[in-house]
Amino acid sequence: MEILSYTLGALSPVNLGLALLGVASGIIIGALPGLSATMAVAVLVPVTFGMAPESALIMLGAIYTGAIYGGSYSAILVNTPGTPSAIATTFDGFPMAKRGDGDLAVTLSTLASVAGGVVGVLALLTLAPLLAQVALSFGPVEYFWLAIFGLTLISALSEGSTLKGFMGAGFGLLLSTIGVAVVGGDTRYTFGSQVLLGGIETVSALIGLYCIPVLIDLVATPEAHLKVDEEQRGIRLREGLGHAWLGKLNLLRSATIGTVVAILPGAGGSIASLVSYSEARRASRDASSFGKGNPQGVLATESANNATVGGGFIPTLVLGIPGTPPDAVILGALLVQGFRTGPELFTTNASITYTFIGGLFLATCLLLPLGLLIGRYAFKSIITIPKALLVPTIAFMTVIGTYAIRNSVSDVVIMLTLGVVGWLLNRYGFRPSPIVLGLILGPIAEQGFVQGFLMGRASGAVVSTFFGGPISLTIIALSVLSVFYPMIKVRRARRRGHDGGGSHQEVS
Amino acid sequence: MRVTHSIALATGFGMAIVGSFTPLAAADDFPSKDVQYVIPFGPGGESDISARLQQKYFEEITGEQLVVQYMPGGGGAVGWSQLSDMSNDGYRIMGSNLPHIILKPMGKDVGFQTEDLNNFFYFHYSPDAILVRNDSPYETLDDLIQAAEQTPGAVTFSGSGTYSANDVANTRFQQLADITTTYIPFKGTGAAVTALLGGQVQAEWGYTTVAANHQDKVRMLAVAAEERHPMFPDVPTFNELGYDMVGGAYRGMAVPEGTPEEVQQELSEIFQQINENPEFQQEMQDLGFVLMDVPLEEMDAFMAERQEVYEATARELGLID
Repeated sequence: MEILSYTLGALSPVNLGLALLGVASGIIIGALPGLSATMAVAVLVPVTFGMAPESALIMLGAIYTGAIYGGSYSAILVNTPGTPSAIATTFDGFPMAKRGDGDLAVTLSTLASVAGGVVGVLALLTLAPLLAQVALSFGPVEYFWLAIFGLTLISALSEGSTLKGFMGAGFGLLLSTIGVAVVGGDTRYTFGSQVLLGGIETVSALIGLYCIPVLIDLVATPEAHLKVDEEQRGIRLREGLGHAWLGKLNLLRSATIGTVVAILPGAGGSIASLVSYSEARRASRDASSFGKGNPQGVLATESANNATVGGGFIPTLVLGIPGTPPDAVILGALLVQGFRTGPELFTTNASITYTFIGGLFLATCLLLPLGLLIGRYAFKSIITIPKALLVPTIAFMTVIGTYAIRNSVSDVVIMLTLGVVGWLLNRYGFRPSPIVLGLILGPIAEQGFVQGFLMGRASGAVVSTFFGGPISLTIIALSVLSVFYPMIKVRRARRRGHDGGGSHQEVS
Repeated sequence: MRVTHSIALATGFGMAIVGSFTPLAAADDFPSKDVQYVIPFGPGGESDISARLQQKYFEEITGEQLVVQYMPGGGGAVGWSQLSDMSNDGYRIMGSNLPHIILKPMGKDVGFQTEDLNNFFYFHYSPDAILVRNDSPYETLDDLIQAAEQTPGAVTFSGSGTYSANDVANTRFQQLADITTTYIPFKGTGAAVTALLGGQVQAEWGYTTVAANHQDKVRMLAVAAEERHPMFPDVPTFNELGYDMVGGAYRGMAVPEGTPEEVQQELSEIFQQINENPEFQQEMQDLGFVLMDVPLEEMDAFMAERQEVYEATARELGLID
């Protein structure tokens, strides 16, 4: 009962106002490519020092929730994931927008984000201490295998040639080794240049590989950016709800995946949304339409990435280990405010903790009206702005956004270079997603491998270190399944084709 | 004609007088606008947290804001290599960390030299410490040393990064105790402590700050400070146990080359004043930090002393000959 009253504490007029303000500004910041949730939270931290602790936390949580959701706008409308966790949203979101369903895609993303967010927060509220142990059961070896599993998803995700997908991932892996290595400390592949010293920053790579090719194509072709229907159909909420109801299982599964993956520090939203996307596709009877604008694809990724908000707070609050980068900033703010994480947060400081969780819940609910409203506006402005104005505006924002990530001109140079490279590769059938996946997963795999090897050598059993644990074995099995699944599926379809004669038409 | 001449002369004189006074005046009312404080790491780490604590006292003393920014990458190298390009009027200061600024440029080009950083004040350090889980069989430092002697390399330590404060501490301790352990570098202190809590490693090279944040789950075997930390009166120092180890991750602030001496002096005094504030002292102590004052005039001696210690370790690590 006490918990309930603390949770309701979030509903005071001041906190309500702060949550509203936080969500709205979060959505706008997250929608701009390059301005990430981490940055939104970091900028706000000094402002919150003057506030009561619970109000400060509510505002930080709200801006975080908003920013993660806002990332879907740029993914859907300009094919640019604002944050790594929105990568998979581009797969179906942008094709939907291209064919004139951008308004529907934004509405779907809003509904999915609310659903996913609620699941994540409920997990945080009810199961936090229990689930936090999951974070500890993942060691270097498990992370190594998890990264390998992530790479195998390429075979399931890649459109067209699987071989080209793996080649792209190899290129991404190479890119990830540039700079000063965390493990070992050597400087690699910088060719003596200061520009490459800091390595390739993921978000600037995202902007370069996804957004620049779109801009080049916009300039090179006479067509409009997005197809626009004659009559405007509003927010198409009824239609969106219909899709969401059809995909209720998909939503729930994706939210669960998002919550659990977010508990693992270092894995984060990108893996969560990719795994849930490929699961949605696998489970679907209409798998071939994924990647071509299937509404279920948008539902899966957006539900998963907003579930990471609540999920990521589980290790942050219980163990003091930040689940995601924005969590690290919020944890720092907590320490400066004089709070210590751990069991105390759920006993002595329970009032603040539960008010905060209540605030997160509130922020997630506020996403619905605010998201539909701001999303409508974002969609309208993208389709009404003439192309001659749209291209320079987006180009300007990509440069500013990239620079803002770590105040570095080098990142802008890298972003533009990767943009041109990405455009060229795209013409030869290499998609950006495998490259980015390699770039994100490379360091996780490398560090996990070296650490696991050192651990194994210390105990005199390298092989059993890597192949011993039940979690490792499970992930290895999943990886093998993931690699061979497309082949198994093809074979099964062929056999069914033989048995059933001509009656094997896919149900759509 | 003559009139214009004398006017020009007078103007010249006037400007010369004003000119000669400007630096002094500038130092007098420094700072007259916000000061940008660039942290060469990402948000949420100890450099960030301690800077955030300084923030409000800076405003109390000067009436101007201290604006914290981040320039992460390359373990600080990205930020420090850009310091020399920044405006040298004192309105841009950058976090400076030891041993990073000495070890990183050693024997290789990382875009900056130790001398590029004009450190004007070092304000605290996080003392190195050996941490184990609460349920660890190692009750004392001796237990751990015995285990390492029995099977060399079998005792595993997690720590943050390679050639970092943790790596240095481990190398130095191996020398002093004449043992061999396995040091496993992780990306940041958070990942290192996760490995300890998850039972992936037997011990961690961390800091008093880590123990302060995870009090309920870990204990320290020894602390590399001059005296016992007030938060942990029961944990001995390495010195007490017979190992000459005092050190950790030191943090201070630096300005680019060419920043006026008076401005550096003024900055040094402002941060000295922050360090003297009892409220600030309490907040820092509660997080496990140990305050120290190395003002501008003592900086050279302090850096020279640290340089010597790190050079010895770097030789051991094989960084330099």
